[in-house]
Amino acid sequence: MAATEITLEVARYRPGVDSEPVLQSYQVPLREHWAILDGLTYVKDHLDGTLSFRWSCRMGICGSCGMTVNGEPQLSCATFLTDYAPGPIRVEPLHNFPVVRDLVVDIDDFMTKLPKVKPWVIREVQSPIEEGEYLQTPEEMDECQQFSMCINCMLCYSACPVYSLEPDFLGPAAIALAQRYNLDSRDEGADERRDVLSSPEGIWACTFVGECSAVCPKGVDPAGAIQRYKLTAATQSIKELLMPRSLIPRSKG
Amino acid sequence: MADYHDVVVVGGGGAGLRAAIAVAETNPALRVAVISKVYPMRSHTVSAEGGAAAVAAPDDTLDEHAYDTVSGSDWLCDQDAVEAFVAEAPRELLRLEHWGCPWSRQPDGKIAVRAFGGMKKKRTWFAADRTGFHLLHTLFQTALSYSDIVRYDEWYVTKILVDDGRAYGVVAIELATGRIETITANAVILCTGGCGRVFPFTTNANIKTGDGMALAYRAGAPLKDMEFVQYHPTGLPFTGILITEAARAEGGWLINKEGYRYLQDYDLGTPTPEPVLRNMELGPRDRLSQAFVHEVEKGRTIQTPYGPVVLLDLRHLGAKLIDAKLPFVRELCSKYQNIDPVTELVPVRPVVHYMMGGVHTDIRGATPLDGLYAAGEVACVSINGANRLGSNSLPECLVFGNRAGRAAAVFAARYHREVPASIIAQGRDEERRLAAELGRRVEGHQRIADIRTEMQAAMENGAGIYRDGDSLTKAAHELAELRLRFQHAGIDDHSTNFNTELIAWLELGFMLDVAECIIDSAALREESRGAHQRTDFPARDDDRFLAHSLVRRQPDGTSRVGYLPVTITRWPPGERIYGR
Repeated sequence: MAATEITLEVARYRPGVDSEPVLQSYQVPLREHWAILDGLTYVKDHLDGTLSFRWSCRMGICGSCGMTVNGEPQLSCATFLTDYAPGPIRVEPLHNFPVVRDLVVDIDDFMTKLPKVKPWVIREVQSPIEEGEYLQTPEEMDECQQFSMCINCMLCYSACPVYSLEPDFLGPAAIALAQRYNLDSRDEGADERRDVLSSPEGIWACTFVGECSAVCPKGVDPAGAIQRYKLTAATQSIKELLMPRSLIPRSKG
Repeated sequence: MADYHDVVVVGGGGAGLRAAIAVAETNPALRVAVISKVYPMRSHTVSAEGGAAAVAAPDDTLDEHAYDTVSGSDWLCDQDAVEAFVAEAPRELLRLEHWGCPWSRQPDGKIAVRAFGGMKKKRTWFAADRTGFHLLHTLFQTALSYSDIVRYDEWYVTKILVDDGRAYGVVAIELATGRIETITANAVILCTGGCGRVFPFTTNANIKTGDGMALAYRAGAPLKDMEFVQYHPTGLPFTGILITEAARAEGGWLINKEGYRYLQDYDLGTPTPEPVLRNMELGPRDRLSQAFVHEVEKGRTIQTPYGPVVLLDLRHLGAKLIDAKLPFVRELCSKYQNIDPVTELVPVRPVVHYMMGGVHTDIRGATPLDGLYAAGEVACVSINGANRLGSNSLPECLVFGNRAGRAAAVFAARYHREVPASIIAQGRDEERRLAAELGRRVEGHQRIADIRTEMQAAMENGAGIYRDGDSLTKAAHELAELRLRFQHAGIDDHSTNFNTELIAWLELGFMLDVAECIIDSAALREESRGAHQRTDFPARDDDRFLAHSLVRRQPDGTSRVGYLPVTITRWPPGERIYGR
């Protein structure tokens, strides 16, 4: 007979109160369709009200519930108990972030870095709304589409070996979102994003390990975005050696 | 200590961010803050899938969008609000386009539109089937360019401060630290979304606990049309995850266990291979969800461990169309149901999705309480009446978020920073109350989750797709008993940092208020209209109930329901006709 329960080994930690994180074991029902998140809410509702974790949409789009499951960064709402049977399953906070409490990490660093890459449409002249939409063909949209799929879940930062060593690194998601706008045919802001992207904390910090793209739950390829921008930046630098910046055609990322 | 802003927006989803930007653009001198219990890009707007309606095609007119909305609402909407809404929706969606929203396009680069339920013309703009996600992230990223917009991320508002009929700010708790602050303001805009979590089976995210509705109700503002709860006809069993109406707009069929397109039996038209507007699967959500109940009664649904289901057939659409137009549907079916809609039938059943009712506002987003505004699902203007049409809610967030932001900016600029002493005292009282709750230890206590689960069952049994006087009376008694037990609910977690159990307890208190308002409003509406179907009063009764219900909190904590006439401008009440 198949097991009816599975063990979750959950990291518990209250900074300033506990000396170090400890793993606490909980038995939860092992049911078809139950995500890791369902196991955690079962714990919260029935076994231990003090366990803290973030979650909201439970459909893999809000980006709240990133955790480390058996060593891998995962969305806990989109990772299923049965895939880990017979267990136990170790659930820890995302790596590379300070822990606020239990499975909750502090993502203020990302929230501070994100505006630096100016992730919004920049135009020299804003056309009036009355003139209608900026035309954009499906092919033009395809250029930036995949980078627009980032849900800010932080799995890529958790997997990134550079971010773990160089906390100033802008990181995969922020760079991918910069490229999302650089490559958008409606945007003219690539030059304004260039200094921050080309800085030592920008693309050049990346050693192209590619873990970010491997763990992305939405199929975004931040590593590809970074590699592509390295080529753009290098080409732009060579041009600048040859002629004054004002004469260089606007870059598109 | 007290922080001060000219305008405080509570909630950072589609309506809240749009409102904050409107304040910043209307009057850059104003200090505006957004307080949200989650990081704004986690807000539930993110889960909207199918699209956003606004007249765009050459063959479409504002009048047709208005008529579809009015008839879809079963004539309970306010037609002046609808006329303003349809007129401003195109501009709002274009503004999002200028801000970078990746709307799906036609080959020539123009905006593409798709069909949607209850709409006579194709007018639903879409970003594949992740429209809400793209809309929210576009708004959030654009809002980052307004460096003057202050954000309180992961702060939970527990109270609106009111003195002499005017709102002066809020009290909020910072999740990370447990710090409790009085945040005063000249104007407060509620944009906290809906309350789907009052029911057991919902598309709504965990955060949709009716906070803003309860905050306003407790502050003395009335809630309007709370008996109108929308069941979306196609949710995945067990999870309740939404399968967008766009799946049917692109040509999907609903079939029962006999493979029969059963909607033809419910006055929704005759089946055709290609989708026909306002016909069959493109009927309105209330009628489709009601048809499901009758299929259950006829024994023509399929029993599953998670209740009866019917089947959504997308197989004939083919992988290419599904991947281009419905990629998220395929991803969700695969991940959460182990099904590929390209080759398999998708089990679905009706699921609580949207609250037509909410905080009573006028056409500018103003509530009867001076300085208090509301927009989005938390509000009831009303453009949705007794049944909202799919793809009207995202443009509603934008149009009325913008309107509320502008009105609040004008209101706030009229006043200097003036906070009565009583407000500061109220803030201190609330801070003391929260600190006491944190230390709450009750012997033999009731579990929060148990009370919540029983409340949800009471609501589903009492005020589901069909209700009657007996079911509503029973639910009212059950809620009263749960209210008593709630007083004895204990909190295991007494720490200050990221105490999600304290938040769950506060949310449950809000949900119980909202649940009572729904039940009390439903009990007094002795007719059937839109999403409110009374088996003991099966007909619409325009003589008695062509009116909004308004539920107010009495000093003793009980509710009292009154009525307000519906505004009719150009479309006198008529029969709702679909499929003929």
